[in-house]
Amino acid sequence: MGSPMKIRATSKDGVTEIKVLMSHEMETGQRKDASGAVVPAWFINEVTAKLGDKTVLQAQWGPSVSKNPYLAFKVKGGQAGDKVTVTWVDNKGDTRTDTATVS
Amino acid sequence: MNQHQTQRRQVLRAGGGLAVLGALAAAGIVLPRQALAEWNKQAFDAKTLDDAMKAMGAEAPANSGDVQIVASDIAENGAVVPVQAVSKLPKTEKIAILVEKNPSMLAASFDLGPETLPEVTARIKMGQTSNVIVVVKADGKFYMASKEIKVTLGGCGG
Repeated sequence: MGSPMKIRATSKDGVTEIKVLMSHEMETGQRKDASGAVVPAWFINEVTAKLGDKTVLQAQWGPSVSKNPYLAFKVKGGQAGDKVTVTWVDNKGDTRTDTATVS
Repeated sequence: MNQHQTQRRQVLRAGGGLAVLGALAAAGIVLPRQALAEWNKQAFDAKTLDDAMKAMGAEAPANSGDVQIVASDIAENGAVVPVQAVSKLPKTEKIAILVEKNPSMLAASFDLGPETLPEVTARIKMGQTSNVIVVVKADGKFYMASKEIKVTLGGCGG
């Protein structure tokens, strides 16, 4: 399941800005632990963002995205009270969805 | 579909260093997924810039001043490098961020909805000083821009 995302969405002059901070290790698969064993890759590889019921952004990520990924983007339209829904899926099949309200 | 699967098998065979991920994929843990476009494994596993571009369908994109990379010239911490990718091209539908010298060059690719403005911000890891390349697909054509970011502390070690 993972920890909750922090989502902030604000509407200004007809544009909604969405900022998301996810909580994930984003392990590259390149690192070794103290005993020299490779730490297996573990990272978010798909992210979907919706404003209302419209999909506004779909991302595919690799292990080069930083730990606890941050994502910010803007969408035309949207107003205070609209719902923003963000879903991620990682390479182990774990997934998490969080929702925020546009302010 | 068949051709695609064959390609994927070839990628798995070639990716010796990625055996763990390969095993996961073979066991069906990594894939498949419902509803979304399939994760472009070939592009993320690519070992050269050309291969990564090809896997995205973007062969030799043209340099464009309308593609901009907003990032500082020097990253003190390679583990967290904020990068904003901006396209001024009409009908931008896809933005991808690549790090030339990372083991996995393609960091992120974003498919934008028609109402989404062509500017995305993300934080990426950089193992060493490298060119960061942004590839944009606009109106069916590919464009790119690159910018060198100096890294004083690598982000792929430990």
